[in-house]
Amino acid sequence: MAEILKLEMVTPYKRVLSEEVDEIIAPGTLGELGILPGHTPLLTTLKVGELTYRKGGAAFHVAVNWGYVEVEGDKVTILAETAEPADEIDLARAQAALGRAEEALKKLDPEDKQFRIMEAALERALIRIQVAARKAR
Amino acid sequence: MASLKDIKKRISSVKNTQQITKAMKMVSAAKLRRAQDAVVAARPYAEKMQDVLSSMAMRDADSTHPLLEEREKKRALVVIMTADRGLCGGFNSSIAKAAEAFVRDQAEGFEEYTLRIIGRKGNEALKRRPGITIDKVYENLTGNITYATASLLGKEIVDDYIEGKYDGVYVIYNRFFSAINQEVTTTQLLPIVPEVSEEQQQEYVADYIYEPSSEEVLSSILPKHIEVQIFRALLESVASEQGARMSSMDSASKNAAEMINKLTLQYNRARQAAITTELMEIISGAESIK
Repeated sequence: MAEILKLEMVTPYKRVLSEEVDEIIAPGTLGELGILPGHTPLLTTLKVGELTYRKGGAAFHVAVNWGYVEVEGDKVTILAETAEPADEIDLARAQAALGRAEEALKKLDPEDKQFRIMEAALERALIRIQVAARKAR
Repeated sequence: MASLKDIKKRISSVKNTQQITKAMKMVSAAKLRRAQDAVVAARPYAEKMQDVLSSMAMRDADSTHPLLEEREKKRALVVIMTADRGLCGGFNSSIAKAAEAFVRDQAEGFEEYTLRIIGRKGNEALKRRPGITIDKVYENLTGNITYATASLLGKEIVDDYIEGKYDGVYVIYNRFFSAINQEVTTTQLLPIVPEVSEEQQQEYVADYIYEPSSEEVLSSILPKHIEVQIFRALLESVASEQGARMSSMDSASKNAAEMINKLTLQYNRARQAAITTELMEIISGAESIK
């Protein structure tokens, strides 16, 4: 049985990661899921959230925004619309986005189409801040 | 024969033109590099998407999703990608021609064809042509391509298709091969025809977990696939535009250089002729005094 997972993470703009890792914890639509070597083939959708992978003893965090995880043998492929590793996140920008989203949500009617869009923006900003904070520690 | 002054004027005007074409060439060369990088960067995602899609299609061959289903061919939507600006050789006109031919020949056997145009030049070329219906035109979209743009375009197309406004969607765009080589390409966007490679067939794995369920995964992945395809086509089209502009400006600069040479030659000849006449006059004047 394979001892290692080949993690590949791609977005429409670039290949974010291509690494060998020991464990992956991904934010699936039905809840967090951990992937270890020898996992059954799986295809699942991701929600906005924090993805963690371990390599050696160190953990790395990535903020992902919608996507898919495919596990096939020891290959794990993550297709995400955006994926930002913790050290690439611009904390100031994320906080500004959070502020904007909060402002907009206060004014909008929950029935409005815009409300859901801003809600999603809020969620994304929160995740980005959360992931960025992990890096600082 | 043109006077010396006239020729001199023409030379300097051609020189000015040459300077402009040279500058345009440099600008597109820089833009081309950026566009090319974007095309290359988007490739892995598009390929992975294709892989995932075809492996799903192989496992659930009997799955019925509206985006996979073949319908009776009545109305077709043809999305064409052109540039907002001209001076790029045959880039826009070849797309317009291909689109017209597609409609005229009733390619793929539809009854009605509707065009959706990206880029101002495509609209200018096609809006007055007989037998062409245009439903929407997008301008100033190709300046800075983001995934969000492609995603909006994709959603619109998928919505129209599901509503039954169209029974097939095609894209005509310039595929980018190199700075001097672009090819007009027509691809079918909808219904989706998944390709299954032989390699994948061998890798067939029977038990596969889908979360939440295979239908849900499929119905979220198919519209994404359309978006990715559009994103990729847009990027290729922009890279092709810059490539086409660069090579056409390069040949324009070369033509200008050739013209300057010719005019300079003409100028020198005219000057020499003028000197000769002057000498003749002086000599004959001196003769007459003797």
